Amino acid sequence: MLVLRFLLRNVFRHKLRTFLTITGIMIAILSFGLLRTVISAWYAGVEASSSSRLVTRNSISIIFYLPLSYKEKIRQVDGVKQISYGNWFGGIYIDEKNFIPNFIVEPKTYLDLYPEFVLTPEERAAFLRERKACIAGRKVAAKYGWKVGDTITLRGTIFPGNWELVLRGIYSGKFKTTDESQLLFRWDYVNESLRKNYPLRADNVGFYVIGVTHPDLASSVAVAIDQNFRNSIAETITETEKAFQMGFVSMSDAIIMAIQLVSFVVIVIILVVVANTMAMTVRERMAEYAIFKTLGFQRWRIAALIFGESLMLTLLGCAAGIALTYPVSKAFGAAMGTFFPVFNVARETIYMDIASGLVVGILAALIPAWRTVNISIAEALRKTG
Amino acid sequence: MKLPLAYSYRNLLTRRLTTLFTTLGMALVVFVFAAILMLAEGLKKTLVETGSYDNVVVIRKASNSEVQSGIERQQASIVETQPEIASGLNGRPFLAKELVVLINLPKRGSNRPSLVVIRGIDENSMALRPQVQLIEGRMPRAGSSEIIAGTSIAKRFRGGGVGEQLRFSMRDWTVVGIFDAGNTGYNSEIWGDADLLMQAFRRPVYSSIIFKLRESSAFEAVKTRIESDPRLTCEVRRETKYYADQSEMMAKFLRILGMSLTVIFSIGAIIGAMITMYASVANRTAEIGTLRSLGFHRRSILAAFVIEALFLGLIGGCIGLFFAAFLQFFTVSTVNFQTFSELAFRFTLTAGIALQSLAFALGMGLVGGLLPAIRAARMNIVEALRTS
Repeated sequence: MLVLRFLLRNVFRHKLRTFLTITGIMIAILSFGLLRTVISAWYAGVEASSSSRLVTRNSISIIFYLPLSYKEKIRQVDGVKQISYGNWFGGIYIDEKNFIPNFIVEPKTYLDLYPEFVLTPEERAAFLRERKACIAGRKVAAKYGWKVGDTITLRGTIFPGNWELVLRGIYSGKFKTTDESQLLFRWDYVNESLRKNYPLRADNVGFYVIGVTHPDLASSVAVAIDQNFRNSIAETITETEKAFQMGFVSMSDAIIMAIQLVSFVVIVIILVVVANTMAMTVRERMAEYAIFKTLGFQRWRIAALIFGESLMLTLLGCAAGIALTYPVSKAFGAAMGTFFPVFNVARETIYMDIASGLVVGILAALIPAWRTVNISIAEALRKTG
Repeated sequence: MKLPLAYSYRNLLTRRLTTLFTTLGMALVVFVFAAILMLAEGLKKTLVETGSYDNVVVIRKASNSEVQSGIERQQASIVETQPEIASGLNGRPFLAKELVVLINLPKRGSNRPSLVVIRGIDENSMALRPQVQLIEGRMPRAGSSEIIAGTSIAKRFRGGGVGEQLRFSMRDWTVVGIFDAGNTGYNSEIWGDADLLMQAFRRPVYSSIIFKLRESSAFEAVKTRIESDPRLTCEVRRETKYYADQSEMMAKFLRILGMSLTVIFSIGAIIGAMITMYASVANRTAEIGTLRSLGFHRRSILAAFVIEALFLGLIGGCIGLFFAAFLQFFTVSTVNFQTFSELAFRFTLTAGIALQSLAFALGMGLVGGLLPAIRAARMNIVEALRTS
């Protein structure tokens, strides 16, 4: 207890310096936490995807389609329980700045395959009934102030024209990781118009989503599907939804790497600041430590005092930083809205915060402690700042 | 009476460890600051050089990019007849009808697939882009499954080198040449015969039409005519604008990320400088008292400490910039969110960025040192002398 009081007294001996250092640590921990959360938000799509769902797409790349006729052929493969299909629509709502992920899907099977999109039975029935119906996630509906019954017009980039939709449901996510920012509407609505205006482009599907009877079967089903279409006009690639999402994320891994790197740089910067504070503190108190030594205190006790002070300093800042991480990331998540549909502070992030606080505390005290322990009493007494 | 400059920098030398830590902190911040500016500059340079001002891109209305666009042959022929198009080979219009699609190709080493642009070209494509030069091998023969690859593709993708083969759309394609396009985005593309690629991909439409203007000022006229033609559903943009629009989101993302990081980091470094300078003032209270009693003005004391802080910043800035300069050897390749295709660009250091970084470092030193310097200057002589 006495030691703790001693440490506290020491920490607050230089109020201004302590305040500055703690503020520095707080900011560093806060930004570290935020950067980590940005990275995990990047992987949110991967987290939310299920490994018992498969995605089949054209093997050339995602911009090429598969014929609708593949649906029945895929259904015949052993282990396939349920199949749905859709396209990336890529429509623009009013302005390009309003990025809303929007897909056209076969409504009934898609909702069956994605039980995490929770709709009331009436909303679901309306979506299945009405050709122009669409459903939107809770977040995106809140952002643009949409209410059930509103008309939403999308400007097609891939499918030319203006597309009028009626909002028939607002879904909420079953899990914390579910993406609540999507806009889904009906594949047959678009296809019907394509048949009329661009007959060559009709009856094409961007991706098939397949539910398998048992997750263990996923890889063998995937192989069987691809085997089916080998050497056909449209060869396929089938992979688990997780791997499919991962493919997207890994395309921008340079950016993720950079953010990761930068999140460590901020820790190094704060390490340098704390080390500086400790170096100064210890230098000023060299004479005191010399007196301790004369009184017969062992080396490890003196070292422990320095380490303890440094740790107390960093952990105070760390606690303040963690406390701030939650409200700030909430505000940031709300501001970035549609860029990061899921923006939650992971528990691992907090553990990493604490770990980096400890590491900084120990490393910062290393050189000063080593100096103090090894200096001779006479020399230490002679030092004055 | 002014204090000599040496007073300021020798003070830094006496406290080496502290000086080292403080400058290191600043150096890291300047490094990040410079790196972000260099990245943004690299992206901008790549885009600016990719397009040329007198070239015009025609794509389908509202399709945003060549990949999403589709122009039917019939429509392409109408565009071809516009009088504002410069004449090229044999008096024919200096225009290229191109096909642009994305394909998955595995990278060398990691074997991970990434999306790559394949551009179906015609005879004018190369000439329309003077920055593109064939550096190895030869051009593909029309009607044969031969392709040429950009340097970035040849280096980073499996089967991209001369003599190697790539397999896509049920065919093997032989790479017969490598082209270098300087700093431009074409380096991450593969080029082949447009008509053959249309067959192979079963996409019977062009993606875009590129032509050179006879006269730069004719742009407005041709834009109005094409966009109001009822037979066409096309959009006309200058090539420079087209490429800038393509990576607007990317540029914005880099800018926001960069600015927020720099602000946060610089707070850390400023705090570091402040701690150092406050300590430096506190340790020298008696010394400051002596200087004042010798007749040095408050102003000179203020100046001496501010200069000391500026030195800290300058050293940090130089170290940071020195290391940032090495970043120029790196190329960043990432996916452009807007087009989903590979985009490779280099960190680019310009004199402007170097100056900005140094100014930023000095600014951090100034902000960190000002308050402590004011405290030093406002000290009461008698009280200062009394402390030992």
